[in-house]
Amino acid sequence: MATVTYDHATRVYPGTERPAVDQLNLHIEDGEFLVLVGPSGCGKSTSLRMLAGLEDVNQGRIFIGDRDVTDVQPKDRDIAMVFQNYALYPHMTVADNMGFALKIAGTPKAEIRQRVEEAAKILDLTEYLDRKPKALSGGQRQRVAMGRAIVRQPQVFLMDEPLSNLDAKLRVQTRTQIASLQRRLGVTTVYVTHDQTEALTMGDRIAVLKDGLLQQVGTPREMYDTPANVFVAGFIGSPAMNIGTFDVSGGNIEVGPARLALPRDVAGKLTSEDNNKVTLGFRPESLDVTSESDASAFPVEVNIVEELGSDAFVYGTLRGPLAQKDDSVITSGAGDNQVIVRVDPRNVPMKGERVFVTIRPGEEHVFSAATGQRLS
Amino acid sequence: MSHDLQITASAPDPALLDLPWDVPLEDWPADRIAALPRGISRHTVRFVRMSGRVIALKEIGETVAYREYALLRQLKRLDVPSVDPVGVVTGRLDPDGEPLEAVLVTEHLQYSLPYRALFSQALRPDTLTRLIDALAVLLVRLHVVGFYWGDVSLSNTLFRRDAEAFAAYLVDAETGDLHRRLTDGQRNYDVDLARTNIIGELMDLAAGELLDEDVDELAIGDLLVERYQELWASLTTEESFDAAERWRVAARVDRLNDLGFDVDELAMTTDIDGTTVRIQPKVVDAGHHSRRLMRLTGLDVQENQARRLLNDLDAYRAATERQNDDESFVAHDWLTEVFEPSVRAVPRELRGKLEAAQLFHEMLDHRWFLSEQQQRDVPMPEVVRSYVDNVLRHRRDEQALLGEDS
Repeated sequence: MATVTYDHATRVYPGTERPAVDQLNLHIEDGEFLVLVGPSGCGKSTSLRMLAGLEDVNQGRIFIGDRDVTDVQPKDRDIAMVFQNYALYPHMTVADNMGFALKIAGTPKAEIRQRVEEAAKILDLTEYLDRKPKALSGGQRQRVAMGRAIVRQPQVFLMDEPLSNLDAKLRVQTRTQIASLQRRLGVTTVYVTHDQTEALTMGDRIAVLKDGLLQQVGTPREMYDTPANVFVAGFIGSPAMNIGTFDVSGGNIEVGPARLALPRDVAGKLTSEDNNKVTLGFRPESLDVTSESDASAFPVEVNIVEELGSDAFVYGTLRGPLAQKDDSVITSGAGDNQVIVRVDPRNVPMKGERVFVTIRPGEEHVFSAATGQRLS
Repeated sequence: MSHDLQITASAPDPALLDLPWDVPLEDWPADRIAALPRGISRHTVRFVRMSGRVIALKEIGETVAYREYALLRQLKRLDVPSVDPVGVVTGRLDPDGEPLEAVLVTEHLQYSLPYRALFSQALRPDTLTRLIDALAVLLVRLHVVGFYWGDVSLSNTLFRRDAEAFAAYLVDAETGDLHRRLTDGQRNYDVDLARTNIIGELMDLAAGELLDEDVDELAIGDLLVERYQELWASLTTEESFDAAERWRVAARVDRLNDLGFDVDELAMTTDIDGTTVRIQPKVVDAGHHSRRLMRLTGLDVQENQARRLLNDLDAYRAATERQNDDESFVAHDWLTEVFEPSVRAVPRELRGKLEAAQLFHEMLDHRWFLSEQQQRDVPMPEVVRSYVDNVLRHRRDEQALLGEDS
């Protein structure tokens, strides 16, 4: 087992000017499950493939443990790409399906059997070891495929969107399995996905990338509670955070008719580039429905209510004089000029109704309007 | 049939709409299914008769299906042997309204056989080697165009008989990626994975008692690596040598032809003072050469002869440092200065023994032999004299022989 370190690792594809991965600095602890997440083209897969040895590192270094692997061939890096190939061989037993790579490598028979048995125990496959894959369920077959990687006892597991070709049900199931299995094995794992829910539910830590640049790395909680910039704020969380840019006047943020006090320390960080504006973020669950008389309340017109049993979400339009100046003043996962509000599922407003909501104190996220960086 | 059903295809066949998309592939009625041998796949794959042809259907996630469809189309455009993509079917619902997986539709490759089918019949001992050779050629061709396969295996390949050998076709591009240029890491990973998969597949056949006991699975896996590396090096290594050793250009080209590759424009550069020549070959397909030679010179010859003549033309072009001249002008000069004088230098009474292109081809062979023997560039007139005296005079007249032997 080992740590993984990206040290200013950069990948520039031939014929392009902008690096696909730009000066990536990232340290992954021994046994940690790190998820690289971001929209397509953000550099997450390229980062993983640089670690795998499939992409050249044009600048910087990559270490596995203390070993500089920057120029080491993939097969000599002691890593395993999981799920690249999980078609099982029909004539071989489950044990042989799991251990054949060791046989190729010339590992002694007794050791192969031992490693296979250990892996089977972790994977709950012990009783199937001498059967043919035909006798297994879909989920069990999946586990045999994982067993192939496990018996090799690599330093690092690499997984590149391993769930993308599974149907939705099996995807959720396998997600949980991989995460719990990884914790039992304690093998350092780097996992790539474009799905932030997958990232939040699986990772010990998450690294968010955009345009080849690392935006933030932290625990799911940190990413959720204190996103470092507007991009991370909008990317992490479902439903997504409501984000809008508003005027600051007299120490208050003006959201429609509402006045929200801008903390003094945050106000002190505004620069002339911000032009007396801030970008304000608030999650749907950080809003309380209140009354018009509340000075910090702003009106939202209900377009649709989504009832999920345990929760209900209002998708509405921000109302008020300032809000109407520009359609794109606020955005959310639901689109421009849309606000999402979590409401009491036992007391939902009607479509077309106007509700007044306030942001729960301390749950607002304030970003620089000029740079998008977190100020609060 | 659901209204959500969507078929994306480049040349849609209306018959696609009549297939029972509301049924999982596994349960399709037997009268639709074409009983063809299938390889190992992690997905459900079925062959189906439609409009007098056979199509292959694979159930797979929607995004992956579209991705693979697009990749196969690109590979087709790049002229790499691969299955023809037909389309993607999405929005499938069963009669209860439950969604079913998307389906990637490809054309079934006629006369093709998965490796398992080849092994289920008695095979000559060298068949395995030929399959590996075919796969090595395919892998090199894919890598030359920048395709990283990600899951090279016999299962993901189809084989077609090609005279005494096999031609390999890519059938599964699910894990693949097209790049501008592959890194060594990507190539080595592909080759290493191919080795592991091939050995695994052969071990599986052995476990099923479908493989001759004498076959050494590890050795076959290693053979792929060896053949691949040999081919790759011959195709891509840039070679530079002294300008006086021009015969080495032809030697390189011959080596490639021997490996079963045709050489298009050899990228040849001479440095400023003309003392060093650098060459790097490029790959093309068969059939290209006779067309190209016809266009350039009007000579209508067989493919292998054309290949030989064109290679000499390219060598002539580099030797006369006319790489930047219009190719057809150079070709005309080559025809009048090299080809025709050489053929005409053969005494009239001997000229009829072989057709002109074959004569010239043999003279080129002879030149190579002389140059290698004497380690110098032997000029053509000298070659012709030696060829006539030492080879042609002792040949039987093929014109007269025709029909006698056959």
